[in-house]
Amino acid sequence: MVALLDMNSFYVSCERLFSPGLHGRPVVVLSNNDGFVISRSNEAKALGIQMGAAVFEIRDLVRKHGVKVFSSNYSLYGDISARVMNTIRRFAPATEVYSIDEAFLDFSGMQRYDLPAYALKITQAVQREQGMPCCIGISETKVLAKLANRLAKKDLNGSSVRLLKSANCALDLDKVPVGDIWGIGGQYAKLLEQNGILTAYEFTQAPSAWVRKHLTVVGLRIQMELQGIPCLPFESAPEDKKTTGSSRTFKICLNTQTELGEALADFAARVGEKIRKQGSVASILTASIETDYFRKDQPQYGRSFSVSFTTPTNSTILLVNAAKFALGNIFRDGYPYKRASVMLSGLVQEETVLPTLFDQIDHEKHRRLMLAMDAVNGRFGRNAVRTAAQTAGGVAKLTHQASLSPGYTTCWKDLLRVNVGFRSGWPSDVWEVGRGGLLF
Amino acid sequence: MSTAKKNDSSPLKPFYIADTGEMIIIQTAGLVFASFPSPADDFFEGPIDLKQQLIPNPDASFIVKVSGDSMQSAQINDGDVLIIDRSLHPSNGCIAVCFLNDGFTVKRLEIRGKSVRLLPSNPAFLPIDLVEGDELTVWGVVTYIIKKPS
Repeated sequence: MVALLDMNSFYVSCERLFSPGLHGRPVVVLSNNDGFVISRSNEAKALGIQMGAAVFEIRDLVRKHGVKVFSSNYSLYGDISARVMNTIRRFAPATEVYSIDEAFLDFSGMQRYDLPAYALKITQAVQREQGMPCCIGISETKVLAKLANRLAKKDLNGSSVRLLKSANCALDLDKVPVGDIWGIGGQYAKLLEQNGILTAYEFTQAPSAWVRKHLTVVGLRIQMELQGIPCLPFESAPEDKKTTGSSRTFKICLNTQTELGEALADFAARVGEKIRKQGSVASILTASIETDYFRKDQPQYGRSFSVSFTTPTNSTILLVNAAKFALGNIFRDGYPYKRASVMLSGLVQEETVLPTLFDQIDHEKHRRLMLAMDAVNGRFGRNAVRTAAQTAGGVAKLTHQASLSPGYTTCWKDLLRVNVGFRSGWPSDVWEVGRGGLLF
Repeated sequence: MSTAKKNDSSPLKPFYIADTGEMIIIQTAGLVFASFPSPADDFFEGPIDLKQQLIPNPDASFIVKVSGDSMQSAQINDGDVLIIDRSLHPSNGCIAVCFLNDGFTVKRLEIRGKSVRLLPSNPAFLPIDLVEGDELTVWGVVTYIIKKPS
């Protein structure tokens, strides 16, 4: 048996943990640059705020219903997520972190236990220790566990745990549109619908040869998983990412090569730090720049350029140089640039790299320099030591985050302030004054 | 005389062997006692880790900063830092961070059966009796108070 734990409106829940007064009120969290809605409380959903809605689209609803809006505070969400993942590890022999707010738990060999009761205990622990509401779906396969989780989540008044057995889940599967099955993308969903297969149940009944022919072995695996036959392996060690990147939409457009160069240098430095942490090196760097797609009144342009390294590297200096070189090849004067990115691909483990015969670069020197730089930045804050090509304020200066909550768990100066009440001369925000809790 | 390659940036240090005049390179890792190893080596356990001592459940623990003086006889003063362990169940007499209606506070809990009172630790403040309609969340139990001597 396998279980999927999924946190409810995760980003919103993180914000509510430190602002409990927001329970029962509509809350949304916006994407990286305050662009669009990426997390909604149930109250916000009830108001008709859609996932992915642009900020200007919800402005009236926000004003009318007092919706609380947050910029995304990924350092907070990342910390809370790691705490939850650590907490659930003690409940199962193996766990697979699937995303920032989802994890599979290996329940194999535990069939004899009362699994729903056990799962309920897990949700209670996560609720108590991290204050995160969550749902757990349990079944024989990952795809069914994912569906079970969805059913638990939809059942607003019911239990936060749902056990789905393949032997008697036909009725439940018949209520699930094929497009909602985990792993069935838009194209496959369309194809299935065109062939009269509308629900997950109907998909389980389709001839497997037909599924294999039209949806390849990937589709066949999903069909078998839906039938209760495990096909997707449990991956407790996350597979190394083969690509990674850093990109931003700027709050104001950048017009000059110098400005874009600084931004790209920041991105390159950031991804360099990221891949050094996972012990890998990149073979290819791709830099992209583009104008504002939504401003049809302005001239449009966008282009990418890739640089490949003779010897794969993770040195910020080499990555920044490559990004600058790439920019030189794609930059065109006269366009307001709204978005830029640096992607690294062909990532391999550092120790597997063989030095190239004609390489002029002293990679060992770079490695030691990066080690020292990461140590200094780890202690004195990101960008304490940086390449001269980067912006002084870092990427944050270029982006727009109007409603960012404090780094409650990651930054000492941002600790939650708890006001216990002053005897006299209290600040105006002391709530106890109005409660009659004071003598004088 | 054979010479070794000289490289200023190399961590390798040249040593001369007096009788042959040869120079060899020996890599040294830190300080090595030639003859008498430290008798403490076998007993080395690492320095005390305050985090491990004060925060045994890091995944359920949070740190908050206090303002106000309603808890001063419980040694919680303005500017103190509190360690909160959310994995602990609140018990009668414990000090906890609470969220009452619309704000956070720190108070001692008096739990009698199903009724809860919030007790300040300062004679200038009155205990808070919960009345109909009050919403109390015990956010987490205070396990340590960190303060600078004044």
